[in-house]
Amino acid sequence: MNLNLSDEQEFLRDAAQGALSRLATVEAAREGLEDPAAILDLWPTAIEAGWTGLLVSEERGGAGLGAYEAILVAIEAGKVLAGAPLLGPLPASLLLDRAGAATTAQVAAGELRAAWLPARPPSSLETAWTVDPREGRARAGAPAAVVDGDSVTFSGTVCWVPDAGEADLLVAIGVTASGEPVAGVLEAGAAGVVVEPTWRYDATRRLAHVTLNGATGVRLNLGADDIAAAWYLTHALIAAESLGAVETALQVSLAYAKERFTFGRAIGSYQAVKHGIVEILRRQENTRSLLIYVGFAFSDVPEEFAYAASAARSVGGAALDYAAREQIAVHGGIGATWEHDAPLTFRRAQLSRRLVGGTDDATDRVAEELLAGRGPRRD
Amino acid sequence: MDLNDTPEQAQYRTQIRAWLEEHRSEAPILQGEGALTDPDEILAARRAWQRKLAEGGLAGAVWPKEYGGRGVGPLETVIISQEMRRARVPGILDVIGVGMLGPTIIAHGTEEQKLRHLGPMLHADEVWCQLFSEPGAGSDLAAVATRAEQQEDGSWKLNGQKVWTTNAQFSAFGLLLARTNTAVPKHKGMTMFLVPMDAAGITVRGLRQISGEAEFNEVFFDDVVIAADSVVGGVDNGWGVGLTTLMFERLTIGLGSEAFGYDGARFARAIAQDPAACADPHVRRELGEIAAELESIRWTGYRLISDLQGGQIPGPEFGLAKVTTVNNAVRAGDLIADVLGPEALDESNEWSYMISFLPGLKSAGGTEEILRNTIGERVLGLPAEPRLDKGVAFSELRALEKEASAS
Repeated sequence: MNLNLSDEQEFLRDAAQGALSRLATVEAAREGLEDPAAILDLWPTAIEAGWTGLLVSEERGGAGLGAYEAILVAIEAGKVLAGAPLLGPLPASLLLDRAGAATTAQVAAGELRAAWLPARPPSSLETAWTVDPREGRARAGAPAAVVDGDSVTFSGTVCWVPDAGEADLLVAIGVTASGEPVAGVLEAGAAGVVVEPTWRYDATRRLAHVTLNGATGVRLNLGADDIAAAWYLTHALIAAESLGAVETALQVSLAYAKERFTFGRAIGSYQAVKHGIVEILRRQENTRSLLIYVGFAFSDVPEEFAYAASAARSVGGAALDYAAREQIAVHGGIGATWEHDAPLTFRRAQLSRRLVGGTDDATDRVAEELLAGRGPRRD
Repeated sequence: MDLNDTPEQAQYRTQIRAWLEEHRSEAPILQGEGALTDPDEILAARRAWQRKLAEGGLAGAVWPKEYGGRGVGPLETVIISQEMRRARVPGILDVIGVGMLGPTIIAHGTEEQKLRHLGPMLHADEVWCQLFSEPGAGSDLAAVATRAEQQEDGSWKLNGQKVWTTNAQFSAFGLLLARTNTAVPKHKGMTMFLVPMDAAGITVRGLRQISGEAEFNEVFFDDVVIAADSVVGGVDNGWGVGLTTLMFERLTIGLGSEAFGYDGARFARAIAQDPAACADPHVRRELGEIAAELESIRWTGYRLISDLQGGQIPGPEFGLAKVTTVNNAVRAGDLIADVLGPEALDESNEWSYMISFLPGLKSAGGTEEILRNTIGERVLGLPAEPRLDKGVAFSELRALEKEASAS
């Protein structure tokens, strides 16, 4: 058993770290809150660092890497709260590649930007394919899809879609009249496509509401399992970004707990503070362990990918929630002010837990898989 | 990322699997149909099975060859336990002796001690117990107050009490941490001893727990005299020797944690029988959180193995796996009993046993609070708690504590 990073993985991680270090991502996260024009578009970085074709197979111009490599990049992006274009483009590129779509090579090269419109696979409590609604607890049905030979026409709305505002191509998921999922790729400028760029609370994430009014595109030849994999891949990426943000929150909290004195003692010597910081470490390491599982499941046991990725998002999401609040608490009053970076981590946590189904839904999926007897195989 | 065995490991696994295939019919049945029920028969059968495993090189495999082991690394012990679980045969009887106390003797004992004790320990002819914890010394183990005073003829006289002693009721020997010098700070005045459990003045009493069963013991020492050559690792050097034992304890627990059987799939099976629970979002959320955290521990275990394989020493942060395991098992017990209702608490029920067992497990091997302190200080480098006992002679500690509680 060898879980150490390969040379190629280390290179990818270091390259991501290097590329991100040349950008003032944290400053942009703050400035973007007051001036949306300051929200960084990291697409050039994504091309330069080789993220756009990361999951695309080599014969279609990509790097042919797996989920674990994407996770390594997302961790680095999360560390510096970078609004890296990963959640939209990577699952889109996965679906295009698996379908062998004609545009895949251009997407891999970064010449075309693609984003996918996330659709949630059914479960026993929510038996249809659904998408995130604009507002409210009830999920919205996935867009209606009408297939006509190689083309497919979608009608419906998907809200809070990462990276869709800048996309040239949209990978949409719809359901036919009989409830079967269908994937298709649309040009963002096609008739009937309305993209409303937006952002909320966390200026590092570029989002959009997408309405398809009888918009027609090319059907992607994909089964339900492939379409579902994109949903879980997004979970894994959110978990990985969360891990990165947690790592930074831990280091920042730790440094402050060692240098800040009250009543003549460094505050890190108080059990209440020490135990809270150790709890960040516990959740951080649990997330890291699960992300290894995600990488392994993606490449070696795809039937466990849903379970693994959902577990990672559940634990990683809760870790970020915890770390974001603990970081503020350790810093006392200053941690809750604009002067400090802690509120930026907090904003990241608040939005992340509610995107793409939300952390709770991932937790529910863990139970779903186990109750249906689809848990991990063990000898 | 490679979860597969190296060629050498694969060959070792094949060899272990073949041995188990040949001998599994000789293993005692301890659970389910045809299980032994008489405690004496169980003990005898488990002794015989450990002897068989030792002869096959499956018990104490990490021990050096000259003491009956095979001189393999920790990874091979993981392979052995995986293959034993796969073959559905019970493990060894004396996990504490073979896993923790034997290695301590190998590291610190005299050649005579090793030759006299290691063989019978490995073959379960003599079972061992760990005489460390006391009513007043748990997480703060260096507070042990059991006295060992040297007599004029060089022998030692023991007085005091130990607690939480597994297997003491049928142990031949114990490894005892006792106070030999009270005039120095507490970490500096302890000595480790080998104690024959049939010595005059030793009383072993079962310690009943929440379940009503007595899985542990209290051990009392009243003027117990043991030979001069019972000292392990030098007089007043007991703390250093004890740290070796605790290191092996962490490794034994770390590499065997899956053996607890606390995993999400098992808990889910209990809940899956109840359709209303399966459709209850609150139950599902609770189950999902528990299962996801427990799943992470399986992969933390693989990380530990990978570190060992790469020659890295696993850090104490792996101790947090115990916190995650125990706390989620506690939650699972509550959840399952909430779903099943009072029937889950029936004494014959596996969940009743688990629910009763876990509150004690929370403190086993050091309380969660102490573990978090240790990891905060040793792993994260946070400043230590202020403490009263630093540099203070053990004999003056009581007075100091009284003074502090009065003020």
